[in-house]
Amino acid sequence: MSSTTMSESVRAGRPFHVRAWPVAIGVLRFAGVVITTFLGLLAVTFFIGRVIPVDPVLAVLGDRAPASAIERTREAMGLNLPIYQQFFIYVRQALAGDFGTSVLTTHPVMSDIARVFPATIELATLGTLIGTSLGIPLGVLAAVKRGTLLDQLVRIIGLIGYSVPIFWLGLLALLVFYAKLGWVAYPGRIGIAFEYSFTPITGLYLIDALWQGEWEVAVDVFRHIILPAALLGYFSMAYISRMTRSFMLNELGQEYIVAARAKGLSEARIIWFHALRNAAVPLVTVIALSYATLLEGSVLTETVFSWPGLGLYITNSLQNADMNAVLGGTIIIGSTFIGINLLSDLLYRTLDPRTRA
Amino acid sequence: MTDVPAAPRSTRAWLLSDRPQSRAQARLGRAYISWLRFASNPLALVGLAILLVLVLVAAFANILAPHSPTAGDLAGAQLLPPLSPGYLLGTDDQGRDILSRLIHGSRLTLTVVLLVAVITAPVGLLVGTVAGYAGGWVDGVLMRITDIFLAFPKLVLALALVAALGPGIENAVIAIAVTSWPPYARMARAETMAVRHSDYIAAVRLMGASPVRVVLRHVMPMCLSSLIVRVTLDMAGIILIAAGLGFLGLGAQPPSPEWGAMIASGRRFILDQWWVATMPGMAILIVSLGFNLVGDGLRDSLDPREAGQ
Repeated sequence: MSSTTMSESVRAGRPFHVRAWPVAIGVLRFAGVVITTFLGLLAVTFFIGRVIPVDPVLAVLGDRAPASAIERTREAMGLNLPIYQQFFIYVRQALAGDFGTSVLTTHPVMSDIARVFPATIELATLGTLIGTSLGIPLGVLAAVKRGTLLDQLVRIIGLIGYSVPIFWLGLLALLVFYAKLGWVAYPGRIGIAFEYSFTPITGLYLIDALWQGEWEVAVDVFRHIILPAALLGYFSMAYISRMTRSFMLNELGQEYIVAARAKGLSEARIIWFHALRNAAVPLVTVIALSYATLLEGSVLTETVFSWPGLGLYITNSLQNADMNAVLGGTIIIGSTFIGINLLSDLLYRTLDPRTRA
Repeated sequence: MTDVPAAPRSTRAWLLSDRPQSRAQARLGRAYISWLRFASNPLALVGLAILLVLVLVAAFANILAPHSPTAGDLAGAQLLPPLSPGYLLGTDDQGRDILSRLIHGSRLTLTVVLLVAVITAPVGLLVGTVAGYAGGWVDGVLMRITDIFLAFPKLVLALALVAALGPGIENAVIAIAVTSWPPYARMARAETMAVRHSDYIAAVRLMGASPVRVVLRHVMPMCLSSLIVRVTLDMAGIILIAAGLGFLGLGAQPPSPEWGAMIASGRRFILDQWWVATMPGMAILIVSLGFNLVGDGLRDSLDPREAGQ
């Protein structure tokens, strides 16, 4: 639509700045989407926080508190205000990073999350790297050798990835690779020997250890992270290989492939440089989505592997009915999720010239 | 589709006729062609067999289960390995027969899946068709809400919801349903937009049909086949989320034999008594594989455009 208005404006000899309007409108619309989605997330967590059967005041004071104290606390917590004002305060606090205090750790929820989130990021990033580096070649091969045994194999690997409960596969992996074979370290993030001597900088242990030249620590950290990361990588691979295959099949049916063959280019060049390059555009979105899913999937994986990240934090808080921590964690994962979605959308627009305004 | 026409030649010819004499014949013929396409896919048939077995097992759980799913033999049958006499898949720490628990657990799995599908599919269909047909601000508002829910992490939101509502299978169903309807709305909207300006809709409208009638009778049926495919494919994911909630202790409560919760209780003995956690995991894997295979097969047979993807 925008391309027709552009060519019309060029034909009519109108000044070029007409083009700025669609861009500005696009930016505004984009900002609107970000804001409403984020407000929606906050509205849902706000709602969840209000439907808890337990009265938050009684949770603080206990049920033997005198009526006057209850009334006072209710006012102090702002619970006697109209609901829209409460929501307004809630949004303001959330924007300031104030999610209240965790009952379990007695720290502010935000500082807890800042402490545990790097562990989740590290795990999900390594998982996505593994999934991408295996999934794309597998998907390309499956598309090129369509209908062969290899294609079937990739399909079955993918189907199992879509069907298996991740926590169960994690338990079995621990049983085999840790208990029986002894290839990897026990659950957790770092060995006890290094836990107190090692001082992380960024919170991403693998990078920190390599940065400081602590090879022994790096090896130990690697032995801890590799199993959960490989597991998440498998799920990411199942998704990425399936999508790569379908995008590649789409590209390989296009006419420019015929033209490239007619030109006499080698098949390898056509597949890896021409077709994959065009398939890479939608793949960016897929990889971003898979990254977001891994962040979420880490909730179960971290529980199985005692990985001290955001997922384990949320499940521990759940079991102790620590709603501030649960909702704070939900908002952080939700915001990251929204951010990644929007980022992939932006990347897609930048990479694919056809979507440009 | 379960009724395979073991066809005498004439029935087959009648079904495949390219000049059907009645509406019923045309419909049956189309269904038969879809079935032929579905049946030509061996993996899809495997999936169908898995689901049929699941339904039968759930229906006849009382007859099939050799032992009680909740009361165990603490004295004589604690943590017996698989293939022990009388206990095909072994027993758990309370001396309960794992096979019997799996058989009864199939009812819970099937209940969750069916309830979620019954709640989410109509909601998504309604939101999507109304948004697509009405257009304008209705479309804008409805799709904005849909996008907001679509942008949420499903599992984490379900966790938070169940944490607030309290653990239990009903709340798990509610939590999963709240997070699963948006893709259906998006899909139904896309299908509606595709048919909204077609001639047959214009014809119905000229005949004086109200918007409600147009949406209910003439737009919704066009969305059904993609919806069925999508719901079937999603069921595997629903089973996995339900099992995950059960694993975290937020789904069905003990002693009910929910598969995810069974894995959680077997986790403590995973090193020495591997079967306690392994068997329910196998059950989950097989059943969600069944839904995925049937979903893939349905997509290929109902929606040939997407075939091969």
